[in-house]
Order: sequence, then C-alpha cells, then structure tokens
Amino acid sequence: MSSNVSETSMDLSDKMNSMINSNQDGTHKTKSLWLDAFNNLKQDKAALFSLFIVILYSLVAILSALGIFSADWNKEVGPSYAAPSMDYWLGTDIFGRDVVAKVIHGTQIAMSVGLVSSMIAIPIGLTLGAVAGYFGGWIDEVIVWFYTTFSSIPYIMLLMSIAFILGKGLTSVYLALGLTSWVTLCRLIRSEVMKHKNRDYVQAATAIGGGHGRKLFKHIIPNVSHIIIINTSLQFQIAIKSEVILSYLGIGVQGQPSWGTMIDDAKLELARGVWWQLAGATMAMFFIVLAFNILGDALRDALDPKLKGK
Amino acid sequence: MKNYIIKRLLYIIPVIFGVCFIIFVLFNLVGGDPTHMLLGKHATAQQMEELRRTLGLDRPLLYQYFDIVKSAFTFDFGRSWNTKQEISTMIMDGAIPSLSVSLPGFILSSILGLIISVVVAYYRGRKIDTVVRIACIAGMSISSLAYILFFQWFFAYKLSLFEISGYEYGFPNFLPYILLPSIIWIILSIGPDVRFYRTVILDEIYQDYVRTARAKGLSEIVILLKHVLKNAMIPIITYVVIQLPFLILGALLLESFFSIPGLGGITLNALNSSDFPVIKAMAVLSAVAYILFSLLSDILYTVFDPRIKLK
Repeated sequence: MSSNVSETSMDLSDKMNSMINSNQDGTHKTKSLWLDAFNNLKQDKAALFSLFIVILYSLVAILSALGIFSADWNKEVGPSYAAPSMDYWLGTDIFGRDVVAKVIHGTQIAMSVGLVSSMIAIPIGLTLGAVAGYFGGWIDEVIVWFYTTFSSIPYIMLLMSIAFILGKGLTSVYLALGLTSWVTLCRLIRSEVMKHKNRDYVQAATAIGGGHGRKLFKHIIPNVSHIIIINTSLQFQIAIKSEVILSYLGIGVQGQPSWGTMIDDAKLELARGVWWQLAGATMAMFFIVLAFNILGDALRDALDPKLKGK
Repeated sequence: MKNYIIKRLLYIIPVIFGVCFIIFVLFNLVGGDPTHMLLGKHATAQQMEELRRTLGLDRPLLYQYFDIVKSAFTFDFGRSWNTKQEISTMIMDGAIPSLSVSLPGFILSSILGLIISVVVAYYRGRKIDTVVRIACIAGMSISSLAYILFFQWFFAYKLSLFEISGYEYGFPNFLPYILLPSIIWIILSIGPDVRFYRTVILDEIYQDYVRTARAKGLSEIVILLKHVLKNAMIPIITYVVIQLPFLILGALLLESFFSIPGLGGITLNALNSSDFPVIKAMAVLSAVAYILFSLLSDILYTVFDPRIKLK
C-alpha cells in the first residue's frame, strides 16, 4: 500500500512538473496528458516493442498493398506441398504457391480489416456517444436504447448475419465488423462526455458564448479522444480474429489468401502432415494480436489517469 | 429498489422490439429476395411468385415485422425452408448436445479461473503473477481455430486419445465425444476469465477496508478469502451470468469441427443453405436469452450490492 501511495504522489509531481514545463514553453495544457502518456509509454519496454511490431506489420501491409511485396502470391513457384526449406521458408501450398507470400498478403488483408472496420465504427460510436452524453434527456434515452438493442444480439450472431446478408467478400467483412464494433466506443465516450460537460472549462466556454457544437467538438471531444486510441488498439485485434472466423465459415474473404482461408485450408492438410500453412498464418496472427493486446493495455494505463497504480 | 426492478423489467420490451427490428431490416429488407437463392437462376416469374406466397413474403412489411416480434414471445419460429422441420423442435433437439459440450467446460473454466486468479492476486507483482499474466495474453492471441485444429489433429488423430468427431445421445454415451471439445473450451476461456477475475480482485485489494483489515492484524489469506473475494464476487457473478446465454448458442466452431449436432451446427448449416427462418430464429433466441440474463444479472447486482443506489 505504501508503495502505491508514493507512486501516485510521484505521478502527481511528475504531472505538475510537466504542466509547469509546458506552460513555460507556452504550449497548450491539453498536450501535457499526451506528453505524460508518451513518457510513461517510453518506459514500458513491452509496449514499445509492441508498437514496433505494429509499425512493422503496417509497413508490410502497405508494401504489399502497393504491390512491392507478395504481388505474385498466385504464382506457382515449386511443387505442391513442398516442406519448408531454404528455397521456400514456409513451404508451398496445394498449388505450389509460396506460403510466405500468402502470409504477407494475409497481413495486408488483416491490417486493412482492422483499419477499415475502425474507420466505420469510430465516427458512429464517437458521434452517437458524444451527442448522447452531451445532450442527455430523450436524445440520450434513444441512443442508449439503440446500442442496448444492438448489443443484445450476441456479437458472433450479428456479425455472421450481416456478413451473410451483404454477401461474400472483403467488403462485407469490413462492413459487418464496422457495424458491430461501435457499441463499446459509444458507451465509453458517452459516460466520459457526461463527466466532462459540467467541468469548469466547458462552463468557461459557455460564458464566452460558445454554442453546443463548439463546446462539444472544440472543447469536450479533444479531451475524451484518448478513449478512441485505446479502443482502436483493442478493436484491431478483435477485427483480425473475427476475419479469420468469418473466412473459415466461408462468408469472408474470397479469391485471395487471408490468414482465415489459410487456416481453413489447414483443416484438410493436417492429416497429410502439411502443417506449414497453419503454422505460418497462426504465427503471423499471434504476434500482431499479442502486440495490440499489450499496446492496448499500456495505452490505457498511460492515458487513463484513473487506472494509474493498479 | 422495487421501482428500479420494475423499470428494468419494462425496459426489456422496447429492447426486444428493437432487436426484432434489426433482424427484420437485415433479413426482410436488405436480404433481398430469397426466392432467387432457393429456386436458382432459371426459375420462372410464376414459380417465384408462388414460392413468395407460400413463404409469406408477399404480405405487408409491417405484418412480417410483427411475425418476428411474435416469435420472440411465443418461440414459434415456423418451419425451416431447408428441412421443412418445425424450428422450435430443431432447437429443442440441438440444445442438449450444445449444452453437454458448453456447460461442463464453462463450469470448470470458471472455477479454475477463479482459483488461479486468487492465487495470482495473493502473489501480485511477483514472478508468478507476471508469468500468468503473460500466459493469458499470449494464449488469447492465438486464433481459436488454430487451437481446435491442432488439438483435434494431435490428440485425437495422431495420439488417438479422444474421439475425432461425432456424438451419441444419452448420458454416459456422449462423454467420450465431449471430452476433447470441453478441454478446448476450457483452454479458450481460461485466459479472458483469469484476466477479468484478477482485475476485479486487485480493484478491491486497494480499497480502504482492506487497509483496515490489515491494520487489525488479519493475515493476507484471511483478508483475501474473507473480505476481498466476497466483494469481488459481485462483478464476478455478473460476468458469469452474462455468459450463460452464449452457452445456449453453443460453441459454434467446436460443434462444427467435432460434428456435434447442436445449435451452433444448426446455425452454420442454415448459413450455408440460406435458410433465413432458422438464422432469424437463432438470432431472436440468442438475443432474448441475452436480454433475460442481463436483466437477471442487473437485478442480482442491486440485490447483492447495497452500495449501488439506482434512481
């Protein structure tokens, strides 16, 4: 307990120092949270390494999307089901295609699924959550009813239904994941905005004649935006895992390799002793999901002062 | 508290209407004309018209919507387009195999998870705590499909320790078939369980009453088991109750890999054969189950935790 107390007081003095420093620099006070968070994150080796892995995967995905990496994943490079060797690091699949190239192309799919679904979910969750929390009253009741309704259908059921109705393919995966994953963000933003709307700085904004739009978008949302970052980090890994399941169920990615379709292939391959597609896709997925998990936790600790010291 | 419970009870009605509306929008509006899928490309306009009439798709949309709402209360989901069976009978038949896999796994993983997290909370900040935490995150980062594939291939196929797949009805007969799926269920859910329980227990450990107990000279074990765990049980019970509806849905992927004729399998078959009424029924059923169990967990929360005052 005593160590806990000293930790918090240290945090406090750290914070005050950074506040004083930032004031001397003439920078805005809101930046101190981010600076503080960055300093916290810098000390966390696991989080830094996770950030490095995320950046690495993003680079691979971008280079693959630009056609610099794995553009010829569809090319027959060797015999069918060649075991891993110096020529083919992860062996080949049934059509003699290089598994490494497929894993890289899968990275592109996985990262794009995380990115696009987040880009669909964030505007919905942020707008609804902010509006509900800020205005309260009947608007809040309607929005709460709406997301309660949405989250009452079990995630996997809703995800499968939307993907199925929209038809097979990557676009439906994006949409299904985006449309099912805004609820958590909406809930978090709503409760945070509720706390902020009566704070001094918002009242000050009212006093100088700021309208609703200005107060909400200029003042409150920047102060709750760290929630978006934490949530996105955790959302990414859920999206990546879900893509794999949808692709296995046959309502996901079609006509190009993804980690999901590779694991699905492995269902028939394992009995023949072909383990490399499963291993390749699982390992590739393992590191990025792990990195997002650790990073999400570290970001929460760094950005959410409430949880400090726990 | 009475007012809160009554209000909470009434609230499930608009939520059920909302859930039915989402399902209606998905399957009756966006879903397009299922007669195309059912009859194939060469169907004549007359055939399609006839089928639409027999399926009740020519009726006004409002009627179709209220059919779904009605099914949420009566559990009469009509017949499957594919097998022509009564859907409620299909669900009844599928529930037992589903539960026989999910229930033992769920109970064992909850107990095991709780024991591990109490031990880990006792040794918090020390090596074993770190190891368990890392193992949980690492375990959760592996695709559930990879676990199932590997375990089925290695333990059932390679080592022949378990049945590879299949199911038999009746109590002792199903045991050999559910053994491996249950073990996989435990492995899949122990990571998130321990993570959640640990956080909840640690949340309590830094409270003032724990400091008081320590000041009184109580030993760490007594504090943990008698004081902390009692308070931590409230969120833990809520967490457990909220998971119960998912047991009814069954383990979708496990059932498909081990050919267990449960509700998960029914859902996947319906997806593959565009059997709209069955998918709709499963969505309505799982949503109603979720709504009821979250109602239950909210009520438990207010009953067990007098600190919570609700308007």
